[in-house]
Amino acid sequence: MHIAHIMASCMGGIRTAGDLVAWIQMTRKMKIHEAKAYVAEKLGIEVMDLTNEEVMRPLREELGIGTVTSVAGSPKGILAKIKIAELLDIQIPSVDLFKSQI
Amino acid sequence: MQDKILTRMGDGERLWLSNTDLKKDIAEGTADAAERGNVPELTQGEQEQLFTIMADPARIVSVLPGEEVIVSDDGCSMSFYSGQDGGGVGIPMSRMQAVLTYERACGADTTSIGHSDYSYKPVKPIINFETSDYYNISMVTTAPLFYGAQPNMGLYFQPDGPCPNPSELLPLGEIKAALAAQEEAAAMLRDDLVYVGTRLAAIGCEGLNFDTSGSAGDADFMAALEAVADIKKSAPGMPILMGASGEFVIGMHGEVEFNGKRLAGLYPHEQVKVVEDAGADIFGLAVGTSTNRTVAWNLARAVTFLKATTKVADVPVHVNVGMGVCGIPMMEQPPIDSVTRVSKALVQLGKADGL
Repeated sequence: MHIAHIMASCMGGIRTAGDLVAWIQMTRKMKIHEAKAYVAEKLGIEVMDLTNEEVMRPLREELGIGTVTSVAGSPKGILAKIKIAELLDIQIPSVDLFKSQI
Repeated sequence: MQDKILTRMGDGERLWLSNTDLKKDIAEGTADAAERGNVPELTQGEQEQLFTIMADPARIVSVLPGEEVIVSDDGCSMSFYSGQDGGGVGIPMSRMQAVLTYERACGADTTSIGHSDYSYKPVKPIINFETSDYYNISMVTTAPLFYGAQPNMGLYFQPDGPCPNPSELLPLGEIKAALAAQEEAAAMLRDDLVYVGTRLAAIGCEGLNFDTSGSAGDADFMAALEAVADIKKSAPGMPILMGASGEFVIGMHGEVEFNGKRLAGLYPHEQVKVVEDAGADIFGLAVGTSTNRTVAWNLARAVTFLKATTKVADVPVHVNVGMGVCGIPMMEQPPIDSVTRVSKALVQLGKADGL
């Protein structure tokens, strides 16, 4: 059922910029249009391209914020989240904990 | 336009409806929600738009490019490995494998883990196991990882818990004892929610989900609100999603308040304001699906409540769209024709910030 929702309405997670907009909703309490505009500005792209795989796939790899396909040596997980926190200027609790232990 | 439209009842049964009957169901659904919640009905234009979504002959429908929203989740990855009771497909895989599959193979915007019981009370004695798993998984995930469960105050009443059962006391006329039992249970629930939330915050929890708050009534809802406020004092940086359990807070107690606001009878557009007041970051709206009315009738109600809520909300509103909620048919395998129509209508007409 959740797959049907993902196909019908979802931004696409790390396929596109869905995780980034989700981070902003969670950490800044922004509603959807405001959150999308914030992320688009940080990425330097049009809001419409947030869900455009053709734009987001190479951009995510270039920024090192995690890609949906597995690229050996490319950041994923906590390293990608460190970069996401810096890119979006937000605090992610797991990142803060990890950095405090380095 | 075809003469008959293939649609479903709230229990998933297929049926053909005439255009006239489908439009009548939409009109009756929105009128019902408007009367109960004292909120505006959908306009004629919105009712027409909902009719167009429901009447689309395609098997699957979707929002338009650029209209996509965040799909957060309440243990969706658990469906990969859990059993029938949780809508699970029983694949033998670990929690971490399930979460990563959901993130990378399904393209989910958020992921989550939770206890199989999906209530906070049983998490308390195994909190070390849960925090350990959460921490390990959060090191390899890229999308936000929630920890979710239900407050579920019902587990604190006998025979499952220590408090006298108000459902037994009320029929006996033991009103004061029933109220006292709920207050006692609410205090225990609040303590447990704060304990689990604080322990998760200490290991870098990226998001906490109080799912289906108020399922045991207004005292349950109050305990969740108080726990949100308490956790936010010690862990202000941990996002909290607080979801409701129905279109109005059931007044099992009737007199409990949060910051001076009586909770019994609050509808979604009022629930969101107390949730904001508590400090939660996202509100989860829930409207029950009536199994003996059509999906169109149920969806018209849900959209009506949602539209009134998103209009006044200052935080993002994510709509609960699981089995039997907000127009999704109440069945084990909700049909994707209905699921995608609900998805599209809630975003386009209800202006949901997420699902």
